[in-house]
Amino acid sequence: MEDFWITLGSGEFVRIVALSLGVSLSATTVAIVLGLPLGAALAVFRFPGRRALIVIVNALLGLPPVVVGLALYLLLSYSGPLGMLRLLFTPGAMVLAQAVLATPIVTALVHRAVADLWVEYGGALQVDGATRLRAIPSLLAMGRLRVLTAGLAGFGRTISEVGAILVVGGNIAGYTRTMTTAIALETSKGNLSLALGLGFVLIGISVAVSATVFTLAAEEKR
Amino acid sequence: MTRILMALMAAALAMAGGGSRAQSPPQSIVLASTTSLQDSGLLDAILPKFTAETGITVRVIAQGTGQALATAARGDADIVLVHDPEAEDKFIAEGHGGERRQIAWNDFVIVGPAGDPAHVAGSHDVLAALRAIAAARAPFVSRGDKSGTDALEKRLWRAVGRQPSLAGGDDWYRDIGGGMGAALNAAAGMNAYTLSDRGTWLSFANKASLKIAIEGDPGLLNRYDVILLDAKKHPEARQEPARRLRDWLVSSTGQSAIGAYTKQGQTLFNPSAAAPK
Repeated sequence: MEDFWITLGSGEFVRIVALSLGVSLSATTVAIVLGLPLGAALAVFRFPGRRALIVIVNALLGLPPVVVGLALYLLLSYSGPLGMLRLLFTPGAMVLAQAVLATPIVTALVHRAVADLWVEYGGALQVDGATRLRAIPSLLAMGRLRVLTAGLAGFGRTISEVGAILVVGGNIAGYTRTMTTAIALETSKGNLSLALGLGFVLIGISVAVSATVFTLAAEEKR
Repeated sequence: MTRILMALMAAALAMAGGGSRAQSPPQSIVLASTTSLQDSGLLDAILPKFTAETGITVRVIAQGTGQALATAARGDADIVLVHDPEAEDKFIAEGHGGERRQIAWNDFVIVGPAGDPAHVAGSHDVLAALRAIAAARAPFVSRGDKSGTDALEKRLWRAVGRQPSLAGGDDWYRDIGGGMGAALNAAAGMNAYTLSDRGTWLSFANKASLKIAIEGDPGLLNRYDVILLDAKKHPEARQEPARRLRDWLVSSTGQSAIGAYTKQGQTLFNPSAAAPK
């Protein structure tokens, strides 16, 4: 357990936590920016291919991280189509991978939240003369707590994920090492109590983020 | 809602931006290396010295030797440091790199449970020991990941004249498809024998009842080579800083840094840049 306290007090550890949060929150932000309008549009608009799209988005909830990692690895590798970006083994590649994983989650949950409200209040909103497009902000505001949960679900996926970022980030010390890849590394070194300790810190951080978001939401409601 | 989103975004950007600014010094190279050099702690111990001298940051991707060479062949690394002479020969023959230099050696050991169900402990003959393990059907963990260690293990079984496999009814042979540390964790968990490089073994913290069973066979020599990428085939590789790392590793400073790395009073890697190839 001595290892654990030494690690906790090191600058390296602070960097790891900062990178974990930075990558996950960036990826979640991308997922919200894409998923919020997409999920709401799927709930409110009627267009050809809508059902198929909903099925696809829901199917992507089970997207295997390691497959996403591998696909992005091949795309971003120097001999791949996007190799000139030189994104492989950088935090940018990790944000990309986690955004791909989180976007379907946010989209599907926002769709569900807004679809229920649309059934209930859609008629009334349209009577008021709002177009479907203009109804979206009202619906999102009404379902804000469920939308918030969608964002947190996306964050939960990203902060806990290891398969994709290990492949595209490379677990480079001081550069692309996050909480989850550090836990995997310490496990492979046989430092099991240190790995478990880091695991509890990771869980604590997730709880803190959720609590902060819900506190902010509660204040806003007043 | 908007306020929360904006707060989240600002926090995320600040952290991502702050992180990459602080960690993007002018020069950095990607070193494709093996799990044994990372899990044993050697690279963490010596590379900061190189960075302090030269200002060049070395970003280590630790993979099995097979994967590390593949990473470099795809153009995703600037220099490789691996330990599978046969795979290295192929990499060099394909024109991906050259100017190979040996930097250090140690040896492999076969570790096994203290109970020693195959009665091989203390032996210096690895092939006889593998035969005995197979005959006793004692659990044996294989890396199965095309790493340097895995390649040696397969060569040893070839020399024994028998490649065990689950399909062939060898349920005692457990191919875990993982790194050195994962294989040691698995062996510790299932009281199995496994082949390990001595460096990872000495620094491994979860030995449970495992002990060294076989050591000292000349067939268990483990050499680490640094290879530069071919400038024509890989113009994307950062040649100049990579060459400086290679030169430093074989220099007297680098060599004594390697030799000075110990765990529990034992030297893990013997510097050998001066050794005949």
